[in-house]
Amino acid sequence: MTLYEKLGGEAAVSAAVDIFYRKVLTDDRVNGFFDDIDMDGQIAKQKAFLTMVFGGPNNYTGKNMREAHAPLVEKGLSDLHVDVVIEHLGATLKELGVADEDIAEVASIANSVRDDVLNR
Amino acid sequence: MSFNLAYDGECYSIEDGASVLDTLLDQGIEIPHSCKSGVCQSCMVEVVTGTPTEASQTGLKATFKALNYALSCCLVAKEDLGVSLPNAEDSEVPVSIIKMEVLNHNVLRLCLKTKKQLDTIPGQYLSLITSDSLARSYSVANIPEVDGYIELHIRIIPNGRLGAWLLNDARLWMEVKLRGPAGECFYVCEKDEENDFPMVLAGTSTGLAPLYGIVRDALAQGHKGSIDLFHGALQPEDLYLVDELYDLSQQHKNFSYIPCVMKGNDGDFYTCGDIQELVAKHVVNKKDARLYLCGAPDLVNAMKKTAFLSGIASKHIFNDAFLPSK
Repeated sequence: MTLYEKLGGEAAVSAAVDIFYRKVLTDDRVNGFFDDIDMDGQIAKQKAFLTMVFGGPNNYTGKNMREAHAPLVEKGLSDLHVDVVIEHLGATLKELGVADEDIAEVASIANSVRDDVLNR
Repeated sequence: MSFNLAYDGECYSIEDGASVLDTLLDQGIEIPHSCKSGVCQSCMVEVVTGTPTEASQTGLKATFKALNYALSCCLVAKEDLGVSLPNAEDSEVPVSIIKMEVLNHNVLRLCLKTKKQLDTIPGQYLSLITSDSLARSYSVANIPEVDGYIELHIRIIPNGRLGAWLLNDARLWMEVKLRGPAGECFYVCEKDEENDFPMVLAGTSTGLAPLYGIVRDALAQGHKGSIDLFHGALQPEDLYLVDELYDLSQQHKNFSYIPCVMKGNDGDFYTCGDIQELVAKHVVNKKDARLYLCGAPDLVNAMKKTAFLSGIASKHIFNDAFLPSK
């Protein structure tokens, strides 16, 4: 069974996205990056992100990730902010009752795109 | 085995079980897409012939499902199909002005009769195209199917071109055109859910138009949950349809009409206060509510965020931000 199947597939992504996005939007360390952002579009992007880090089907090339975050890097997006997002990802999964070892696996996939996010 | 796939006036062959997106991309047709996994929803199409498969609608908002939209990456052929990009096949329909009525100091009710039925759902919007080719978008404020005409609410903006056309040139029985409909802000109750969820609707100015259409539609479909409509205004004279909405609230005990005014006197027929704060307070304990927001973009976005953070599911927030014409 893949990690994605173990977590519950598309239904898990749908359950996680609102919880995760609420955590990010209420955290003053990172929510400044989300001002003036269209919520509907952002939720669709968060779903794509969650599917990828849950080990689900994706066409991830890093190109979109780099392009989307380039303006934020100019505004000061750094490792610290990526850490905060990964922290919220872990807390979201914990709330949904996901086992620690699976959370660690998700966090490591999320970590693997850090350089794309930060345009390094 | 293969089937026919119609797109943009052409017919292509699609293999049994092949995805619509891949088939069209292989033909060199550009369809917006990204994840190809049924997640990002950027490859959404309208299925005009055939039935969307369940997998192709997984994760879509109820309103998109109701419009027969599907994710083309997950839509595999099991029969002949016809698809188009959402709203790509809108045609212009001639209509006649059958009524012009002043609703308040800056809002006009325009009723239009179509010669042939226009498939529009109350709350969606249409482009009104005048005799001198001016086009502006307005929401459907009634149930055209029941009333036999389409009702729009038009705010007259000082020096606005459409307002000038209405005041100077428009006449009863004059022919104009409508294009559309578009938008996913309307009442929908999915097959597998009870129709007793609470609904909260909020809008300012002519944001009332789609909300009025949605309220009437929900009531006509026998919605059992509470339906609370907030209409916000700066001053009392900016409100409109007050008597009509009040009467409607008397006829249906699950419908409440809450006019609210920023600069008003307490104790009058309206509630004093900022609609944003009133709605935020109102939805605190309504996590299962469907929220409908229409009107000025800044206000719609702010209310949307507040409601989402207070626990309303993103898929249950429907909105239509009115963008100014350029």
